[in-house]
Amino acid sequence: MSKEKTSFVYVTYIRSTPEKVFEAITKPEIARRYWGHENVSDWKPGSDWQHVRANEERTVNIVGKVVEIAPPTRLVITWANPSQAADPASYSRVSFDVEAYDDMVRLTVTHDELEAGSGMATGIQKGWPIVLSSLKSLLETGQGIDVFAKPKAA
Amino acid sequence: MDADKIFKALGDPTRRKLLDLLYARNGQTLGELCDHLDMARQSVTQHIGLLEAANLVSTVWRGREKLHFINPVPLHEVYERWVRKFERQRLSLLHDLKKELEGE
Repeated sequence: MSKEKTSFVYVTYIRSTPEKVFEAITKPEIARRYWGHENVSDWKPGSDWQHVRANEERTVNIVGKVVEIAPPTRLVITWANPSQAADPASYSRVSFDVEAYDDMVRLTVTHDELEAGSGMATGIQKGWPIVLSSLKSLLETGQGIDVFAKPKAA
Repeated sequence: MDADKIFKALGDPTRRKLLDLLYARNGQTLGELCDHLDMARQSVTQHIGLLEAANLVSTVWRGREKLHFINPVPLHEVYERWVRKFERQRLSLLHDLKKELEGE
């Protein structure tokens, strides 16, 4: 019997263009400025992609495949912890939908096929709101927020 | 971020309960949400409408079912703007004290 799955849908409105939002996800030199990571791939359907920490260690934190790509409106990728990359059941799926909305862009990130209660499900629930706020901040103000920030120790 | 809409949406116990229900189990239908609320379906629809207008809830159609998802992105923006900037250190001390006193 397959394990119970869960999904999350995140939406943010950004004063920008669909092209800029799409590039911010797929171009390493932009992603590193608000995500602290780069998404590295040749962005062809079926190709690998890697989520690489943008520091000297260049740790690969997430791996997957490009499922579907239609710039600047849609990107679908699979998503797994590199330590579980050999297990097909460990892959979840992330879809980015980018649509023009008045003078803004509506970006919807749907993360589904996640194992309910897994460490990955917990992690992405903390991660996506911060990453999307930071993306919005970068595109609207030129400055991302520190995605690794933690409350200062007392 | 439309802060007025967000604070208005949060300024009501039913709407906060709806967010708690979706946090506990994401992707529920209107019917499932109504099961937890002692209130007419039409009123629940109105509350959800205000949450959607504030972008705190997003909806997805799966076949004939409309599923509701909590969208915490605007809450994070509120946090960045209205909480994090004000003396994080003191907040964290107060939080520890409260936890200790409440015996959590």
